[in-house]
Parts: sequence; C-alpha cells; structure tokens
Amino acid sequence: MSSVKLTVNGKAVSADVEDRTLLVHLLRDHLGLTGTHVGCDTSQCGACIVHIDGRAVKSCTTLVGQANGANVTTIEGISKGDTLHPMQAAFRDNHGLQCGYCTPGMIMSAIDIVHRHQGDLDEATVRHELEGNICRCTGYHNIVKSVLDAAGRMKVAAAAE
Amino acid sequence: MMSEGIGARVVRKEDKRFITGKGKYTDDVRLHGMTYASFVRSPHAHAKIKSIDVEAAKAMPGVVDVLTGQQLVDDKIGNLICGWMIHSKDGTPMKMGAWPAMAPETVRFVGNAVAVVIAETRNQARDAAEAVEVAYEELPVAADIRAAIAPDAPQIHPEAPGNVIYDWTIGDEAATNEAFKKAANVVAMDIVNNRLSPNAMEPRAAVAEYDPAEEHFTLYTTSQNPHVARLVLSAFYNVAQEHKLRVIAPDVGGGFGSKIFIYPEEMVALWASKRTGRPVKWTSDRTEAFLTDAHGRDHLTKAEMAFDKDNKIIGLRVKTHANLGAYMSLFSSSVPTYLYATLLSGQYNIPNIFAEVVSVYTNTAPVDAYRGAGRPEASFVMERLMETAARQLKVDPAELRRKNFITQFPHQTPVIMAYDTGDFGASLDAALKAADYAGFPARKAKAKAEGKLRGIGFSCYIEACGIAPSKAVGSLGAGVGLWESCEVRVNPVGTIEILTGSHSHGQGHETTFAQVVADRLGIPTSQVSIVHGDTDKVQFGMGTYGSRSGAVGMSAIVKAMEKVEAKAKKIVAHQLEASENDIVIENGEFKVTGTDKKIALPMVALAAYTAHNLPDGMEPGLKETAFYDPTNFTFPAGAYICEVEIDPGTGKTEFVNFVAADDFGRLINPMIVEGQVHGGLAQGIGQALLEHAVYDKSGQLVTASFMDYAMPRADDLPSFKLSHTTTLCPGNPLGIKGCGEAGAIGSTPAVINAITDAIGHDRITMPASPNEVWHAIHQKQAAE
Repeated sequence: MSSVKLTVNGKAVSADVEDRTLLVHLLRDHLGLTGTHVGCDTSQCGACIVHIDGRAVKSCTTLVGQANGANVTTIEGISKGDTLHPMQAAFRDNHGLQCGYCTPGMIMSAIDIVHRHQGDLDEATVRHELEGNICRCTGYHNIVKSVLDAAGRMKVAAAAE
Repeated sequence: MMSEGIGARVVRKEDKRFITGKGKYTDDVRLHGMTYASFVRSPHAHAKIKSIDVEAAKAMPGVVDVLTGQQLVDDKIGNLICGWMIHSKDGTPMKMGAWPAMAPETVRFVGNAVAVVIAETRNQARDAAEAVEVAYEELPVAADIRAAIAPDAPQIHPEAPGNVIYDWTIGDEAATNEAFKKAANVVAMDIVNNRLSPNAMEPRAAVAEYDPAEEHFTLYTTSQNPHVARLVLSAFYNVAQEHKLRVIAPDVGGGFGSKIFIYPEEMVALWASKRTGRPVKWTSDRTEAFLTDAHGRDHLTKAEMAFDKDNKIIGLRVKTHANLGAYMSLFSSSVPTYLYATLLSGQYNIPNIFAEVVSVYTNTAPVDAYRGAGRPEASFVMERLMETAARQLKVDPAELRRKNFITQFPHQTPVIMAYDTGDFGASLDAALKAADYAGFPARKAKAKAEGKLRGIGFSCYIEACGIAPSKAVGSLGAGVGLWESCEVRVNPVGTIEILTGSHSHGQGHETTFAQVVADRLGIPTSQVSIVHGDTDKVQFGMGTYGSRSGAVGMSAIVKAMEKVEAKAKKIVAHQLEASENDIVIENGEFKVTGTDKKIALPMVALAAYTAHNLPDGMEPGLKETAFYDPTNFTFPAGAYICEVEIDPGTGKTEFVNFVAADDFGRLINPMIVEGQVHGGLAQGIGQALLEHAVYDKSGQLVTASFMDYAMPRADDLPSFKLSHTTTLCPGNPLGIKGCGEAGAIGSTPAVINAITDAIGHDRITMPASPNEVWHAIHQKQAAE
C-alpha cells in the first residue's frame, strides 16, 4: 500500500492504495469519476485519456504512484459550470459521438491536439493525431469535423481571454 | 417549433451527459456490498476437464466463493439456447450440442468458462482465478471450416455428426440447374468472407443483485434487448422467474449485434448473487471480449452466375459453409440462412436461384449476428460476382448492373423476399455523378503515369430490415415475435413520456423518437422524454437490431400517438362543443377548424386527469399503448462507389473517394442517419482492409487484443460523400426503411472491387492488407 496525494479537477485528493492500482481505477472506483472509461487494457483505444499536468495520458496504464503530486483533469473537470468546453460543444454540434463510450477520451485527446498545434490543424493532421483513440460508431467523419470546428472555437476563446 | 420535427437536423438530447462524462454505463453501477467476479477460462480449444481444484483459490484474501460448472448443473441452471429453429433439407431439425454457462466436462473453445471466483475486489478476484487449478486432457481441434468438415475431423458435439449443424437449402434447384444449361456465359467464384470481432468500445458487463426478502433479482447489463434477456433468463435458464427479475440496460456503449445475445456471464452473475447473498459485478476485459463476444461473418462460398447472350442474369447457384463456432448462440442459426440466402437476389431480376448453406461447429468462439448479419455476406457474394462478371463479359460494371436491376415493384424474388419499393437506377445515377465516373479513365491514366494503380469499385446493395412480421418469422423458425411496443404517457401538465421497447446504444433514440412526437403535436422535443431499457418501466419490447427501431419501434409510437390524439380530440370536442372530426392539432394546440376556438395540450391533459368534464363513459387519463407488428420487411438499398489508389511498391491502398447514395425512405433526422452510415462504412471498410479474427490451427485466438486486431483508426479512413434518394416504404406509417446497417453491408464489396480493378485481377482475399495486395500485384506480374 502507498499513500498518494494529487489534485483532481482542482480538488486535493489523498488516498491509500495498493501499489498496482491504476489511475483509471482510482478515478472511477475511489473518486466516483466514471466519465473516464476503460475500453482496452493495452493503451490502444484511448477511452481512458485524462490530462496529467496538462498532457493527454492514458490512465489505464498509469499507476497512481506515477501521478503522485500531479494535477489531473478528467472529462468532468473541463467545463466551467454549465458552460461546455468548446470541444464538448463542437462534438455535440457536429454529431461527433454516438454511443458516447469513447467520447470522453476523444475529447480529452482532442483538446491536447489543439493545444499542441496551437489551433493550426487540417484534416490530415487531425486524423493522424487521433491514432491513439478508437471509435467504433462514428467512422471518425464527424469526430474529425468536431476537432477542426473546436480548433477554431478555442482560438476565438483564447483570443478573447 | 417545427424545425425540431421530422426531417430536422436536431442535435442530440442525450449528448449532454455523454460529453460531460455523466453517462451511466453498466460498469458505472456500484451497489452496497458489491463483489467482483472473475472467470476461470479454458486455455485449450478442445479438452476434457479431469479435475478442478478450488481450495487454494478459496483461501486467498477477499475471496467470497469459487463456483464451478458442476454446481450450475447441480442447481439445475439451464443450458444456453438458440432461438431460431432451422431444418436441414432432409427435414431433420438442426443438431444442437449443449452449451452450459460454465463447462462441467468438456471445453470447446479458448475462453470457455469453467469456474468463477467471487471476491471483495476486482484484483482479488483475478488473483484467485489464477490460483484455480484445472487439469485438462487435450483433445484434437478443428479451428476452421475446412478442418471441421474433413473426413477425420474431431467430433465437437456428439449430437452433430461430422460437425454439421444443418444442411439447408432455399430456391428451386432443378430450375436453376436448367438455367445454367442454357447459359451463354457462366461466372464462377470462390468467395471467403473473413471472420470479425465486433468490438463495441464498451466491453460487456453485468451487475446482479438478489433480494432474498422478495426473492427478486435485478440485473444491470450491456444488452440491446433487455426484455428478451429477461424472457430467456427466466423461461429457459431457470435463474429467476420473469416477474421476479428486473433487467436494466442503461447507457450501452455500442452493440453492433454482439449485445443482442444472452451470454453465460449474465446468467452466472445472477446465480452467484443468490448463492453468495451479495451483489456481483463482472466486467469483461478486452481480451475476454475478443475471446467470448460472438464473432461475425466467417463464410466459405462457391458461387456461380449464369447469363444469357444479352448479359441478362438467368440463374444463380450458391453453396456456402458457415462457421457457427463451438456453440450455437442465440440467433446464430438464422444469420447464414434467413438473413443471408434470402438476400441473394440483390437488386437484380434473377428468375432462378438455388442456395445451399451448411453450418458447422468449430473449436472457436460462437459466431452470431454482427452489423448487417447475413446481409453483408449476401451483398459481398452478389457484388463480387457482378464486378467479376462485368470484367469477364467485358462490359461496364455500372451498365451490367443497370441492365439487370429490378424496376417493377412489388417484386417477388425466388428466395422468399417481396421487395416493396425502390429505385435502384436513381441511387446508381446519384453515385455515378458524385464519383465523377465519367472522369475516371483520365484519373486512372494520370495515376499510371505517376506509377500508381488506380481502381474504381461498385456495390449496389439491398438489405431486409425492420425485422419483421411476427407471423412470417414464426413460419421460418423464429422463437419470438418481432413486433414492437410503445406506451405514450401524457402527464397532467402536458409533458410526454414515450416508453419504448426499442433500445438505444448510440442510435440517438432520445432525439429521433422525440422528434416524431414533437412533429405530430407541434411541440418542442424538450417536452418529450424517451424511457427505454428497463423491464420495470416498459412493459415489453424486442430491442434494437436489424435496423428495426425506426421502421418498427417508431411505427409503434405512431400507433400509440394515434390513440392518444383520438382520445384528446374527443375531450376537446366535448369541451368546445364541436365535432371531433373538426379538431386539428397545431403548435401544441387542439383547434376547431374554421374557428378561433382552441385548447392547449397541457389543458387537455389536465382535463383528462381531473376528469371533471369528460364525455360520458370516458375513462380518465391520457395514456395509450400500442403493439405494432410490421406487414413486411423493409428494403433499404443504395449504390456505393469507391475509388482507390495503390502504391505497387508497398501494396498500400489509399482512398481517393468514397461515395454512398442510399435510399432509406423517410429520414427523421438526417444528421443522425448520416452518422449511422459513416459508422457502418467504417466497419465495412475495416473488414475489407484491416480486420480479421485469426485462430491458429490449435484454436488459439491470435488476435485477442487491439495490438493484434487491426481496428480502423481515423487515419485509415477517408471522409465520406453521402447522398440520399428516396422512395417511401409503403409498409409502415412513417415510410421508414432503416439505415443502421447499410454502410457495413454496401462498403465491403465496393472496396474489394476497387482493389481488383486497380490490380487487374480477382485473386485477393480480405483483409486486403498492404502485404496481401503487394503479393497479389506481384503474383500477377510473375504470371504475366
């Protein structure tokens, strides 16, 4: 057992967990943040992506100990009150989701993509950058549209701030 | 207001919870005192169980109990069933081997459960499952169709000699043979339809809770049809009585057919919750999903098409071997028969068809319906034949199809189906235009000059959806009726709840079903909520598969709404002293035509519930139920054209263009319909280029993770060009045909046809990976 301290969605969290506990299970089972999903066990599908210190990371293969002291943001932590994050709004407006299971990981990954490219994205880049996320429902067509749309929205939002 | 009605691109109501991480899937359910289940699974494809030693596991930390297959037998828990009876051509019923939820004596595929550990935590359950000692005596293995039908094949079930489950035929053999004798040309092909893993992103899961005081069970499960789950679990498996079992399928993260079926794990979770007195949760990991979710496709087919001298089709002869895996899953028997061979007429006027289907057991995971279920296999046979025929007959592939299209409706095929309506020429025209077919030769020449191989491929598919008239499916062997139910509850304040037996696992019912109601009443969709997926709330339903939610589920809504509206009109007519025939509904108000007299919906609803001033003899309340049984299947159809470019140096196929022109009848929400097509296209293209569930000769699943099974990723696919032509389905009140499976049915042959066009010959098997294509190119060059 180990004691860990981290910040999740702005709140300080401490927990005593088995050393083998994965971050996704801390989030889901201990903190009740069930928006982060497990779709595989091999870091292939991306349904479990969260941000650790601002970077997209697969929480199904991250030990809680590796996140000790870190700042973790999950899908539950990206909207401001009732105001959706521009990426969330873009997924809704472009029908970028169907069953919704891969969606939190897609959104967390997509936000990171837009940040890293500073909003300068084209279709080919988005498709390439989404290689760590699998969706079985949408054929990616509308996910790609959503990310490109959100890139524009996030630029506007950043300019306004 | 009406911008939210039928035909509007309304953004989805359900999205808010999904994009904010507030969806509630089965694995999100946590109950007080909950335990975790982990299954002990066979590492062998075929073996006798000599002994199971659970003592070490039972002594491990946190273990509540370890249960075995023999205990299931002792508790008289029933074997899994197959719900569709098929008879062989000699009249004998299909030969079904027993499928216990956990094997007491013999395991027949890798992943076959033999025991289950129930423990306080997930990790403790897994640790203890590792410690269960099972001694096996390995038996010879038949891991594919050819091995299973070989003369010296191992016997998988004693009930099915030679591993043949049934040998079934459809059509007129003598007349078809006669047509072939008269043929000017015959095109013959061996066609393999490769095996697939369904891979919904949410792995299957079950949470079971037994209440001893009420002798009542609750099961949360990843199901596409919770009522059928309850029916089967109670009527056949003896785990609970139907009125003592509540099945809840909450948010379900994709199904694609794989979540239609009742699986061993759900039964065991219920049974174990009673045995242990604790709630039990089981969640599949991805490798378990690969090993135990029912797979799809897996056909070997010999097909021949006979043409007269004018290139008109005069006969079709097909013999297919279908792999059903180690056990017969819930609907597996119907997939290669009534969902496959009945579609072998395609879009074409074929006077004589004869098909024989031999289904066999192998030492692999059960195979059952997967997106399209039988219809993709039929479409693949037909469209590969048509493309190859065009090449052999040296005619344009579009024109060969057009020449043979059915143009008169209704059309009775020689293989049962009565197509109600369609305009196949219109779909093909739309696709040709969108694909700029006229410009293709110039593009091909330009690619050639750049050292690339360019090809264009067609696919004109038809499917039978909206499954289906209960009387018809009953006469064909189905164990259930396939109607749908709806209860419309108008609350006293005028809000409306639609209780439907359809189940949404990504299809957007909460939006589209609300649009149908909003359209009829002229109210916003926010005033309508959709209730589904809970057997305690909805009386009964048949769930969602076979694109039946629109054509059947929404038709039930319409029927129930008609009753509600008729009663509401009577109330309004009584209160306004008008004739009910003069009442019209507009913008949420009931108006007397030609006057300014009107009553708003909430006041009508309130009147129904206060019952102070109703017509004499009228029951209070405004709530109606309808059971809708369709009169026929529906027949979505379309034309897909795929243009590819192949690098002969690497064998890699790149999409230049992908065009889909579909006829789905009426579209309730075009945005959602397009999304359904996109997803289907990805699955069909995935089959063509990437996906393959591979067993080695010893029956080990080589592709049991996403590291080995190539799922389509964003970079593997193009953006799609969609268009729609419309002939309304005459068989249901909304004119809907269904859109959920089209993409998966039509796209696979289009892609393979494009590749064969590019490489100049037909010797290619799926998945057409760069390696496969490179070898196909170079074999051709070596041969030349």
